[in-house]
Amino acid sequence: MSDHLIEFKEIAASNQWGAILPEIALGVLALTLLVLEIFLPKNRHVLIPRVAIIGQLVVLVWFLAFFRAGGGYIGQETFGGMLFHDGVGQVMRVFFLVSSLLVCHLATISLAGKQVPKVEFFHIALVVTAALMLLAQSNHFVLFFISLETVTVGFFVLVCYLRYQAIALEAGLKYLVLAALSSAVMLFGIALLYGIAGNPLLEGSSSDSMNFGALNAFLKNHPESNIAIIGMILVIAGVAFKIAAFPFQIWVPDVYQGASTPVTAFLAVASKAAGFAVLLTLVLKVFQPMETILVPLLSLLAILTILYGNIAALTQRNTKRLMGLSGIAHAGYLLVGVIASLYVPWAMGAVVFYLVTYLLGSFAVFGVMAHLSPEDGTGDELEDYLDLAKNRPFLGGVLVVGLGSLAGIPPLAGFIGKLLIFIAAFQAGLYWLLAVSVFGVVLSIYYYFGWIKAAVFQYWQVSPEEAARSREWPEISSISRLILGTLAAATVVLGFFQGPLSDWLGRL
Amino acid sequence: MAEISESLLQLSVFVPIIFGGILLLFGTSANVFARKLAFVGFLFPALVSLWLWFAFSPDPETGYAFLTEVPTGLGIVGISLKLGLNGISLPLFVLAGVAGFAAGFYALVSPAERLRQYLALLLFMHGGLMGIFASVDVFFFYFFHEIALIPTFLMIGIWGGRERHYAAMKMTIYLSLGALLSLVGLIALYVQSGATSFDIISLKNALEGQSIGSVAQRHTFALLLFGFGILVSLWPFHTWAALGYGAAPTSAAMLHAGVLKKFGLYGLIQIGAPLLPEGAASWMYLLALLALGNVIVIGFVTVAQRDLKQMIGFSSVMHMGYCFLGLACLSAVGVGGAVILMFAHGLTVALLFLLGNCIYQRTGTFDMREMGGLARKAPVLAAFFVTAMLASIGLPGPGLANFWGELTVFIGLWQYREWMVVPAVFGVVISAVYGLRAAGNIFFGEETDEFRKASKGKTIHDILWFERTPALVLLALLILVGLWPRSLTDGINETVAPMYGGGDVAIEAADATPGSAEGAASYGFAERLPTCCAPPGTEVRTAIKMDNHSHE
Repeated sequence: MSDHLIEFKEIAASNQWGAILPEIALGVLALTLLVLEIFLPKNRHVLIPRVAIIGQLVVLVWFLAFFRAGGGYIGQETFGGMLFHDGVGQVMRVFFLVSSLLVCHLATISLAGKQVPKVEFFHIALVVTAALMLLAQSNHFVLFFISLETVTVGFFVLVCYLRYQAIALEAGLKYLVLAALSSAVMLFGIALLYGIAGNPLLEGSSSDSMNFGALNAFLKNHPESNIAIIGMILVIAGVAFKIAAFPFQIWVPDVYQGASTPVTAFLAVASKAAGFAVLLTLVLKVFQPMETILVPLLSLLAILTILYGNIAALTQRNTKRLMGLSGIAHAGYLLVGVIASLYVPWAMGAVVFYLVTYLLGSFAVFGVMAHLSPEDGTGDELEDYLDLAKNRPFLGGVLVVGLGSLAGIPPLAGFIGKLLIFIAAFQAGLYWLLAVSVFGVVLSIYYYFGWIKAAVFQYWQVSPEEAARSREWPEISSISRLILGTLAAATVVLGFFQGPLSDWLGRL
Repeated sequence: MAEISESLLQLSVFVPIIFGGILLLFGTSANVFARKLAFVGFLFPALVSLWLWFAFSPDPETGYAFLTEVPTGLGIVGISLKLGLNGISLPLFVLAGVAGFAAGFYALVSPAERLRQYLALLLFMHGGLMGIFASVDVFFFYFFHEIALIPTFLMIGIWGGRERHYAAMKMTIYLSLGALLSLVGLIALYVQSGATSFDIISLKNALEGQSIGSVAQRHTFALLLFGFGILVSLWPFHTWAALGYGAAPTSAAMLHAGVLKKFGLYGLIQIGAPLLPEGAASWMYLLALLALGNVIVIGFVTVAQRDLKQMIGFSSVMHMGYCFLGLACLSAVGVGGAVILMFAHGLTVALLFLLGNCIYQRTGTFDMREMGGLARKAPVLAAFFVTAMLASIGLPGPGLANFWGELTVFIGLWQYREWMVVPAVFGVVISAVYGLRAAGNIFFGEETDEFRKASKGKTIHDILWFERTPALVLLALLILVGLWPRSLTDGINETVAPMYGGGDVAIEAADATPGSAEGAASYGFAERLPTCCAPPGTEVRTAIKMDNHSHE
């Protein structure tokens, strides 16, 4: 008994609350929103989203100014080995904060004038963000699973937030069933790994076998263990659901289409990026001894994911489904980067760089989409983008930059991301993966440029068809202009000059 | 002094791009300001390119002049913005500057709607073109190509003629495929060479130490050859070209056909063939056959065209065949000829697209069957067009640069495979057929009824000042190099001879004067080109006689 007490004492002593101050701040902010809803008079409730956004902005600025080096905890385990703080984790924290900020801004556009409670959306988004930040730094399967489930449960609510729409409910149900299935699969994999690595009869076993370090030490001794291999495959399958890799991508088009635009953006960017942050940790720090099985497995996933995503997107006319399916293809390229990082250390930085460019490009596109589809479920077809550049040249320009970056066209940031992954893949000798990626990029030009074509190419004279489809074009607020303009400008600047970001990533 | 030239080189790339950005972001609807700004943006690189041509004196160690390096943050994979010029890139840099000015000047007065955006895209394209040929870093070479390519897509799609949507999509997908193949080839080259930097000089140094294995060379060169080949419309990957040019607005067609298309050839000449000699040697026979396909098959296709713009487009595809043939020789003579021909052809085809649009402005149609007798109303335009056509055919008559290019290519080809000279020269006959017939159809003979109908109520002006200025600029450079080829060939010699080692003659000469690369160069190549404007006929005879001599 007393032994356990001493152990608890030691663990408690390692509870460095200072290390997770940003997450705590987000949690407090989320609760503050609920408190404000109770105490503010009804006509002041419009302030709450602003509080959410300004609060996050403060956290972000504070983080970049004082916490960029992880508050002095870099390279340390905290909370009894639950968390491990490294450079990638810090970049990902900023990444999730920025995406959450952008999602909140899009939500103020999309939710405006809808008969749904507003405050809860921001509350859940903040909680999900904090969980994502913890997920990216988790070093133990317990915390890993709990934060993953916090994210997933949050998304259940967000996906069917517009609950009066049948399409949103359908999307929510699909996401719920499939996410639950994938969680179950992953949990079973974790249990298998825990069981085998915790078996005291085996060499290298550990009493704390859910700890990534301990598990890795065990796997080094038993890389051929069948139970461990099955466990690994199941865990990877669970992560593959998050990143929407083939064959776990089946939920993507319907859920993306049904969810409201900010949620789709959140799923497409933050949820996918979290999956990759986790995958990088798992592949490099845990399952690395099982390389001989891991590499063929991931390679197969990558090839099928790239081909599926691009081919399925070719004939797509609905922009949300198109973003979903092309996002699958992006997951495929990122998987190539993850595989390369097993052989080429700097490839990890390339994956993170790609994620950053993907964030910039995707949010630029989703920002335009949020403006163009005031009623969710409408305004999402390519036909709705006809004459966009003529009537709203600003949105047209942002869309062209965003899509061009996603397509990987120089001089935009997305191209540099793809280039780094390609170079890494070549250095790692992954020629087949490289060939498939290039093929995929060429296919992607067709649908991305098809979208640009719909938005930008038009006759200057007003044709009868155009007069027939004339409609109201949305007004763009100056804050939206600022945000979308910044996203587009950052995409262009990162295409020419990568200095600050690559310096940061180079030190990872 | 030297530092000024280096900064000018950097500025010539970024001034158009920055001005384009300013036009896009801060322009108001006032076209006067936009025109003035754009004019400076177009003129500056042209003047810089001419100045650098004049000031060019390469560093004997690297072969480059005006080298500068700016890190951009991709040091981890050896990429930095390294600019400089050598003997191969200089002519094309000048071409990009001058053709860009001509195309830009013509665009300034074009009646395009949304002129500001149109000029901005054209400025991006101009900056990208300057960057392609100024880049020593292989990555930026590719990067600037794409900067120039994407505006083409938008310009065709937004301001283009008939079938523009289809043409824009087809061209983009085709060219993206080619560009990506060549990008993978370039990455393969970089990784296999073991160099720590993407720039050509360090790649070359790394490969001098240990060259790549011959199998890997063959595969890597295949990527480069087919990737770049698609971009240069190598037969049978040419189907995007005429379609795209047919739909493109005039200035875009001038710059794409005239300058941007040379990217692929330049890549093969500057990077592919010298760095992967074994790989290149194993593919050259196939390349020569495909290039003959360009000359003969596309030659006949061109003859069959009735649409003036399509005909010019196809003729540019056909003439790329000669450049490829020059490259296929893998000798200093052939490659040097290819570089001169690229330069001359770029000016010529830009001129032809310009004049083609001038004709269209007057006749209201591109269909040559509906034209006739235009020379009576526009004699100066007729003179310009006939001169440009003669240049394009490669006739020695008017002292134009194309002739020297084609002649040198033929000489190189004779050394390579004698029989190939026969179909290649037959190609000149084909060009003469369609070129002269086009000139005859449009300008001479009786006015047709269709023409009268189309031009009813309009007075037909002769060539106007804003058409004449760019045409004169292009023609002047063409004649300058035609009469004084040495202004270009000296630089080309110096760079090409050590890279390609010259043909048979050059090797003999090198034996005679051991250790002297210059001796080899001057004997192998420069002596074949006239150094002043002597009667061309005599030069031809001496050159060919020397060549026969070497084979006996």
